[in-house]
Formats: sequence, C-alpha cells, structure tokens
Amino acid sequence: MKKSMDILITGVGGQGVVLASDIIGETAIAAGYDVKKTDTLGMAQRGGSVVSHIRLAEKVWSPLIKEGQVDLMLAFEKLEAARWSHYLKKDAVVIINKYEQPPPSVSLGKEKYPSDDELVAALKRRTDKIYLIDGNQKVKDLGNVRTLNIFMLGCFAAFAPLDDKFWRESISQRLPEPIREINLKAFALGRKEIEGVRIGTN
Amino acid sequence: MENTLQLLSGNEALALGAYHAGVQVACAYPGTPSTEILENLARFKDIYAEWSTNEKVAMEVGMGASYTGARTMVSMKMVGLNVAADPFMAASITGVIGGLVVISADDPQIHSSQNEQDNRHYARLAKVPMLEPSDSQDVYDLMNYAFDISEEFDTPVLFRTTTRIAHSKSVVNADKIRVVKNLQPAFLYNPQKYIMLPVNALPRHTKVEERMIKLARYCETFPMNQVIWNKKKIGIVTSGVAYQYAREAFPEASFLKLAMTWPLPQKMIKSFAAKVENLIVIEELDPFLQDNIKAMGIKVSGKEIFPIVGELNTRIVTESSIGAGLIPESEKSVVLPPAEGLPKRPPLLCPGCPHTGIYYTLNTVGQRTKLAESSTPQEPKLIITGDIGCYTLGAYPPHNVLDTTACMGAGIGQALGMEKAGVKSKVVAVIGDSTFMHSGITGLVNAVYNQGHITILILDNHTTAMTGHQEHPGTGVSAQGKETYTVDIESLCKGIGVKDLKVINAFDLKALRTGLRDSIDKDELSVIIVRGACAVQVKKRQNPRKIDVEKCTQCGICLKLGCPAIQSANGQVFIEPTLCAGDICGLCEQLCPQKAISA
Ligand SMILES: Cc1ncc(C[n+]2csc(CCOP(=O)(O)OP(=O)(O)O)c2C)c(N)n1
Ligand code: SF4
Repeated sequence: MKKSMDILITGVGGQGVVLASDIIGETAIAAGYDVKKTDTLGMAQRGGSVVSHIRLAEKVWSPLIKEGQVDLMLAFEKLEAARWSHYLKKDAVVIINKYEQPPPSVSLGKEKYPSDDELVAALKRRTDKIYLIDGNQKVKDLGNVRTLNIFMLGCFAAFAPLDDKFWRESISQRLPEPIREINLKAFALGRKEIEGVRIGTN
Repeated sequence: MENTLQLLSGNEALALGAYHAGVQVACAYPGTPSTEILENLARFKDIYAEWSTNEKVAMEVGMGASYTGARTMVSMKMVGLNVAADPFMAASITGVIGGLVVISADDPQIHSSQNEQDNRHYARLAKVPMLEPSDSQDVYDLMNYAFDISEEFDTPVLFRTTTRIAHSKSVVNADKIRVVKNLQPAFLYNPQKYIMLPVNALPRHTKVEERMIKLARYCETFPMNQVIWNKKKIGIVTSGVAYQYAREAFPEASFLKLAMTWPLPQKMIKSFAAKVENLIVIEELDPFLQDNIKAMGIKVSGKEIFPIVGELNTRIVTESSIGAGLIPESEKSVVLPPAEGLPKRPPLLCPGCPHTGIYYTLNTVGQRTKLAESSTPQEPKLIITGDIGCYTLGAYPPHNVLDTTACMGAGIGQALGMEKAGVKSKVVAVIGDSTFMHSGITGLVNAVYNQGHITILILDNHTTAMTGHQEHPGTGVSAQGKETYTVDIESLCKGIGVKDLKVINAFDLKALRTGLRDSIDKDELSVIIVRGACAVQVKKRQNPRKIDVEKCTQCGICLKLGCPAIQSANGQVFIEPTLCAGDICGLCEQLCPQKAISA
C-alpha cells in the first residue's frame, strides 16, 4: 500500500502555484501513485488568492480535499497560509514562505495586514509543525526570483514519499532549457534549507 | 508511446479524445471553464480550429462542417449555449452527417461566471443525447462514443462538463490513435433535411421523436453506465464529479453511475431501485436526475437532502447525509471555522493594465467614490453600464465605476434603455474589444438607428484577456497562430454611422479626461476607443517607477489607481519594483501632484 498524502498549496496569482502543483502530480504518477489535483482560481490570475489541492493515494476519488484533512500545506505567502488553516489535519506540516503581499484593502488603509503572531495563531489551532523560511530572499540570492515555486517544491520534497530521481525528471520535463538548471538548483536549495530549519528550530 | 499514463485536465483529455476520435473541425468562443479545449485542439495542425466571433457563430460553423460529413466539435461555457441556443435547436431538428459534439462547460459555484445555470435542461429541451464524465479518463473514453452516437442517431450530442471536471487533473490512459473516417467531406443536396420550411420541419420533428425512442433503448446497454454493487441498504444514482464525492462519503453503498444522462435508462434505474432499500440521487445544481426518475414512478430522494446552490464536495455530501440519517452521527468530523478577520484578496487589474487610466478618470468625473460610500442608494451623476471581461473588475474599490453587469454585450442596450426611459444623468457604456465583437456590434447598430445620445467606451486591449488572452477578429491572428485579416473597429463604427468617434491612448490621463468630458457633454451618440495593450502581453519591462520619499507627502492619490504595485506599509507609500510595469504605463507619474514619482 502506498502512503497517501493530501497537499494544499496556497499563494497569490502570479507566484507559480499551479505549475508547482502540476509538477507534484506528475512526479507522483511517475512514482506509481493515483493522483488528482484541482486549482481554485476563480478570477484569481489577476493577483487574487490561489489554492491548489493535490491528492496522492492508491486510489483517489474526490479531487478536493476535505477540510481538516490536509497532511501538508505549502504556503507561498504568509496571509494565504492562515486563510486556509481550517483545512489542516491535526499535527499537519506547514511550510511558509515569509513573503508578505498586502491585499488592496491593506494598501488603501482600510484593513491591517495581520502580525506574524496572529497568522501563526490561526495555524496553531491545528499544528505546531510550522516552518517559516525566507524563500524570496534565497531565490533572489540565487539570481532568479521566478524560481520561488520550485524552491518551495524542494522544501516540500523533504516530507514527500517521492524519490529524488522522479523530481529531477518531472522538473526537467516542465521547464525548458534556458531556465532548467537554475530551477534544479532552486529545488536543491529548498531541500537543503528545510533540512536545516527542521533540525535547527522545530 | 509505451507508457501512456498522463496527468491531464478534463479539457486536455477532451481535446486529445476528440483528436483521436477523428475531429476535423473545431470552433469555440472562449469562456471559463471551456477555453482550454480549443486552445489544445488548435495545436494539432491536421485539424481546422477557429475562435469564432461568438458561440452562435461557432455553432453555425459547426453545423455547416457537420453537414459535409466532417467530425466537428463546438465548445463553450454554459452561458455560451444561451447565445448559441437558436442554431443548437436548429441542429437538433436537421440532425447531422459528421458527428457534431457540443461541449457545455458548466460552472457550479460560479467560480468565474455570471450565473449558475444547469445546462442539462438543454438536452431535454433540444431532445438530444447528453454525456457527462466524472473525471479526465471518463472524458477521454466518452469522446469516441460521443461522435459515434451523434452519427448513428443523426443528432448533435451535448457533452456536459463542470469546472471541477474541466479544470481538475487526473490520470489518463490515452490508449487510442487518431482515425479519420471521412477524408473528403462533401455536401449532398437534401432539402428535406436541411431546409427547415414548415413543410420539412414537421416531418423532421417526427424523426426527432423516433430518434429519442431509439436512444432510450440504446442507453439501457450503454457500456459506460455502470452499476457498482456493494451493500444494498443505500443505492445511489449519480453522475459527473458528484460520483467522486459520493464514493468517498458512502464507501459501503451501491452505485448506479450514469455517464449518459439523457435520455435516462429507465429499465436499468428501475431494476437498480428494486434491489436497494433506499434510493437517493446525488447530483450538483438542479434535481435533474431526481425529477426525471420521480417521473418514472420511482420513490427517490435527493434535493431534500443535498443543496441546489453551489458545488458539492465530500464534506457537504457527508454532512447533509448525517442530517438525513443516512450516515451515523459518529462519522461527523470536527471542522474548524476559517480564521477570522483576515483581509480578503480579490482579483485586481494588473499593474500596467490599460483599463486603469480610464477607470480612474470615470471614478473622478463621475464622483464614484462618494457614490459607493454613501449609506443610502444615490442616483449616479454618471451612470455607467458595464459588461464582461477584465474590466468588470472596475466594479471593485477603489474604482467603483460600474452600475450594471449582466451578460456579454448587454451594456450598450442597457445604457440606451436608461436614456430612453428618461433618466436625468448622462449614461456611459463600457465594453471590451472581444465583447464588442461578440455581441456589442448589434447593440451599437441599435443605438445609432434609434438616435441614442449615450457614450460608448470600447476598451481595446487587443486581446480577450479575461479568459487567458485569446485572439479575436480584431487582433489579426487566428486561433492556430496564423496571420489573418484584422477587423478594424474604427471603420466598423464609422460604417454603422457613428459621427463622434475618438481614439485615445489608454495611458494618457489628460487626453482621457478631456475626451470623456467632451463626449458626455455632447448631445449625440459618441464612441471612444480607449486603446492600449494588455500588460500581460507586453513582455518588455523597463524602468519601474520609484517614489521619492523626500517629495512624497503621503496624499495617497496614486493609491486610488488601484495598481497592485503601489502599496503602503507603515505609513509610507512605495512601488514594488518586481510588480511595476514601468515605461509602458506611467500613470502614477502623471498623477502625482508633488512630482515625487519617476523612473
Ligand atoms: C456568452 C459568454 N461567453 C463567454 C463568456 C466568457 N467571457 C467573459 S469575459 C470574456 C471576454 C473578455 O474580453 P474583452 O471584452 O476583450 O475584455 P478584456 O478581458 O480583454 O478586458 C469572455 C470570453 C461569457 N461570460 N459569456
Ligand atoms: S490581463 Fe490585461 S486586461 Fe486583464 S487586468 Fe491584466 S493587464 Fe488588464
């Protein structure tokens, strides 16, 4: 029996959430899983919030994960981690990119962007396994901010029941020659980063 | 191709399935969640694929192609079938030669639409067979059947998907290869079939009724209608994605999974019903299966238990079933409420969007912020009828510039209606270029003919942006990427008889204000084409703007543009350089009274 896993990726339109979830799905098929995934965008390609459900198991029925059933959440933006906190299972793993993108109501001074404590409190209703990492800075140092999604996949890979060789293949298939190498580097970097954080804080 | 397992969306599986089934002509007008079907088909160079001007035209092109024996697919979102309903009904009565498959992609939950209509009713109305897949594999497998049924029974086939089918990805074993049966399409003279004069139409109606009887027999043995036996206490009739939720919520029940949902296999349903203690229907939106099963004289429940409004999911199916005593209370899982008080993140116009400048202008000229913030409904100084596209986002703050949005093309007619009813305010209609081509032209003809005095703003960003940047008759490029004739909006308007016609650069705030003022003050119909490329399509980004904090007085005027790149944190306004569109835009620079913004 393959270990099943329900994954939620959250973020803001334009951050590459959908590509990241596609790659997880394709990696899991190669590893012999049944996979379903679904993205809820609405009109969100214009900077709205984005959430992608990915389910891996021997056999998957519904493409949507039930609230309270998510094993792992990968959040590309802080507020978008808290927004979907009610989907988490007890003791789920949450990996958050520290990046903050204020929604329009915040820029217009109508609402406040929640503090880190407030955001973490929402998640702590379910789990203490929260990893905050500075993805944007890391990929900036690497030299291409657009690799954030693949960096985040690297972080995820440390918790996924999927072999490294499948990851390399599916990433290489999805990303064309000129940006392939840097993305593979971002993936490795994400993996290293999360291993460090895992041992360090937790 | 040894390993044929692929992770495909419903739309990708549909395109591949149709291609393998030998489709030769494909036409569509974009619309979520159907758009990617034609986008994927257009990549096959051995078929003809087009973006039609609108869904009605797509259906008519489809009919013509089918009459020649070519296998044909017409795809659209569910409201598109309203636009195409006239030729769709006509195709039902004339029947087909080459398989004609009509895709209706419905949108339960209104992820990206203006209503939640259930297009299964169209199958019954038009007396055509309907197929409904429950995942991407089903989509792929059903495609062959769809074309075969269409040809065998001389009928268009309605193929209904929903957002969760169209846009979810699941594993597909694409095990077929492309076969084209009719390599040289030809049209054969046959007035009794094709000319729907009363003398021919009435006998055709008889044929339609005969066809439905034959189909009712056929569906009893349709191989993809499936019975899954388990415990017989509960028997569930279901179709589409609801099947997946039901399987998960009821691991021990028996299932009748219907892939053909019109006509319904009466014998099969009766025999299934007779073997189970409690028959329930689990379906999204209307009680379509339920009502039709009830009409067979079978005792069944469904919408007494499950909601009509919105999508279903496993939690809703489970909780509703617990409420009805079908699942024990002990299965109830504790569900946390969403975290409270988080700021929402609605979609926005992109940085550098060509709609931003005119919306800022309309907001200030029409004093729209005051209007939106008033606690009682006020009559707008400037009534602005809207339409559908990215520019509908102008309804949100900080712009608040729209008073109506109904269906594509409606804005121009609504504007004229208000004027003719006698409102005291000036009336402006806003419409995108693709929407203008789709159904704005007839509204303009009407307004000119009936001597309207309205102002019509055509927001020409040279693409169909909302649905993902498809080509249209005004862009000069075909669906398959070939250069083609460009329909010129200016000449079109002049030809219709518009006398006051202006073309204004979408990024020139001064010109926008002067032009708008001039047009609304004029006592005649006026068209302003606001022209500027969609920012997403401009690849080159140079010189993001910066705010000089020394000069900035925090007046906040630039924030009123609603540009996502202009943000404010800890009391200081700043421009996020990774988001700013730079030289293509420059609106904030024109606006800043302190001249604090520059490259
Ligand atoms: C009958 C119908 N067909 C299709 C759609 C989907 N749809 C919504 S807006 C739109 C086109 C928008 O293009 P345009 O008018 O050029 O505005 P833009 O998004 O580029 O600003 C489409 C195709 C719809 N809502 N109704
Ligand atoms: S996609 Fe184009 S038209 Fe739509 S909001 Fe963005 S820039 Fe404007």
